[in-house]
Amino acid sequence: MDDFLIFDGIHKSYGQYKAVDNVTISVNQGEVFSLLGPSGCGKTTLLRLCAGFESPDAGRIILNGTDITNLPPDKRKVNTVFQNYALFPHMTVRENIAFGLKVAGKSGREIEKEVDAMLDLIQMKDHADKKPALISGGQKQRVAIARALVNKPQILLLDEPLAALDLKLRQRMLIELDQIHDEVGITFLFVTHDQGEAMSLSDRMAVMNEGKIEQIGRPVEIYESPLSSFTAAFIGDTNFFDGRVVEMLPDNYSRLSIDGLPDAVCFNDSARKVGDMVHLSVRPEKIMMQRQSPPGHHKVNIINGVVENLVYLGGYTKYWVRAGEWMISAQQQHHHFQLDEKPLTWDDNVWLSWHADDGFMLEKYHLDDEKMLTMPEDGDLLAEDIGNAQPADENEAGEEL
Amino acid sequence: MKSKKLSEIRLSMPSLLWLIIFFMIPTIIVVIISFRNSNPSGGIAPGWSLHGFSDIMSLSFAAILWRTIKLSFLTTIVCIFVAMPVAIFMARAEEKIQNLLLLLIVIPFWTNFLIRVYAWKIILHPEGLLKKILYTVGLIGEHGSLLYNEGAVLLVLVYTYLPFAILPLYTSIEKFDFRLIEAARDLGSGPFRSFMKIFLPGISQGIISAVMVVFIPALGSYVIPDMVGGPGGEMLGNKIAQRVFTDRNLPKGSALSTLLILAVILPGLIRLFIKKSNLKDVLFKRKTPGVQ
Repeated sequence: MDDFLIFDGIHKSYGQYKAVDNVTISVNQGEVFSLLGPSGCGKTTLLRLCAGFESPDAGRIILNGTDITNLPPDKRKVNTVFQNYALFPHMTVRENIAFGLKVAGKSGREIEKEVDAMLDLIQMKDHADKKPALISGGQKQRVAIARALVNKPQILLLDEPLAALDLKLRQRMLIELDQIHDEVGITFLFVTHDQGEAMSLSDRMAVMNEGKIEQIGRPVEIYESPLSSFTAAFIGDTNFFDGRVVEMLPDNYSRLSIDGLPDAVCFNDSARKVGDMVHLSVRPEKIMMQRQSPPGHHKVNIINGVVENLVYLGGYTKYWVRAGEWMISAQQQHHHFQLDEKPLTWDDNVWLSWHADDGFMLEKYHLDDEKMLTMPEDGDLLAEDIGNAQPADENEAGEEL
Repeated sequence: MKSKKLSEIRLSMPSLLWLIIFFMIPTIIVVIISFRNSNPSGGIAPGWSLHGFSDIMSLSFAAILWRTIKLSFLTTIVCIFVAMPVAIFMARAEEKIQNLLLLLIVIPFWTNFLIRVYAWKIILHPEGLLKKILYTVGLIGEHGSLLYNEGAVLLVLVYTYLPFAILPLYTSIEKFDFRLIEAARDLGSGPFRSFMKIFLPGISQGIISAVMVVFIPALGSYVIPDMVGGPGGEMLGNKIAQRVFTDRNLPKGSALSTLLILAVILPGLIRLFIKKSNLKDVLFKRKTPGVQ
């Protein structure tokens, strides 16, 4: 069913600070919908509005056809998995899970049956009579999910549910969450700052920035065709080139002029006109690196540069290549792909190439977005920029420390 | 393990010695004296007897004991009920306001306790302002008295012990994670149920401390009933003073003290018991669900 949960023109301010600014989202029944964005983007506020802990300054929240905007939290058929789990410390695992059913006034036998079913689902039967202080973080996480799910909510809210877990456990819980969703089929509204979590779990996601929605779509749409430079930079890494459209080519392609680089060909999906100033965004993993110049083709862009720096990351190696005034980041999966079977290393002369379809033109980002970028705009590679330019996983691990 | 225990004992030795010399030994002396014969000049006569406990059989003693327990109990209840909203407000206020409120609660202690009780005597006096106002409004008759009755004792007891109830409650509420209340509300529990089932158990240690800190001193109060209680507001403490100072009968005074000591130790023992297991399970012999 479409339009199962609707945020309709939601505004929420704290004093001068606009936490949520005219947000409209429609979530379908049974899907996993993620709210993704940096801290302070308003995603948690939106979730708390949905749970009923806050009330919006303007706008409506409609769940399954009912306006729930002004209902108190206990009157909503919505349950939350809290970031810190918020398990009741004076109750056992079993009592925690049973709490919602007890409040609903179910009979003892019914409660026992449903709690047992939940304990089976989360594989916590052996720990049912322990207090939360005696179980591990991952187990607490599962109890928190079970405590919410046992009430059969119309929608399950998850507030950064994996943030407190270490990397390996997070990946395992992610799979478990996915399995639980497949089994219960309840709509999930999932708040996270971790693009990896959002991409792997979501059917659709909304990217948020400064209280506004940047883009809503399936993970592949968001990653492969971001609509804003914020989205392009926040989800994954990208290179931005300042350019100007100089010529329209056949088949919806355009030629861009970029200061200090050869002209680039790019697919012109959003009908930019000659003379428009644009950002050309090219993802590092779309750029091929070779020691020899690749054969020319009218849809392939080729740039010659020198390897300025590289970081070996196990699964792949990240390169920063200087080409004139530009520092371009690129990725190589294997050291020995080169014809001479020697890995590319510092000061090597390399040829970078990417297909015209792999670049996309975006509007100029505004200044605040610069913190999202991994590539220094003026081409100066500073030590701290190298530090910032890590894959997403490591960035998040660092944030937790 | 053994050496750890040894070092623990060594570390706690000074306080243990202090407690033994200034607390345990005097208490034991009082208990021993209660079983001795009295001497008309106010001393202790040789020989042992249960004569000291003869007071307990009299009817007036039963009334005073009942009043002592009743007033202490009421004081505790009122103090907890008044202190709870204050402590919640303080714990949730900004840090600056928290510190200011803490200061305001502590400030009365800078004035001597006796002087504060005298102040109440003036406020409640038959010629005092409060009586006149209440009389004018018609809430009290011409011969009605605010002073020298159980009510006056209760009022001043509550006034005196309220800060002692606020402070432990404040400390435990400040540590309480209010997100648990959100979690309870989220699971369908209304505000009242969330308060009773999640908040109160969450701050149970603070409540137990507050009860102890109010109930035990209230049981032994002597100055307050003596000054604002009159003959109708006497408590056990007054009886003890009477036996020792007026009747000059040390064993009788000691016997009453022994009873009071028992009354104080009993809640302490209960508290130790509560700490080890759940109060509800103890009181109602209830099994926790899932433990068959």
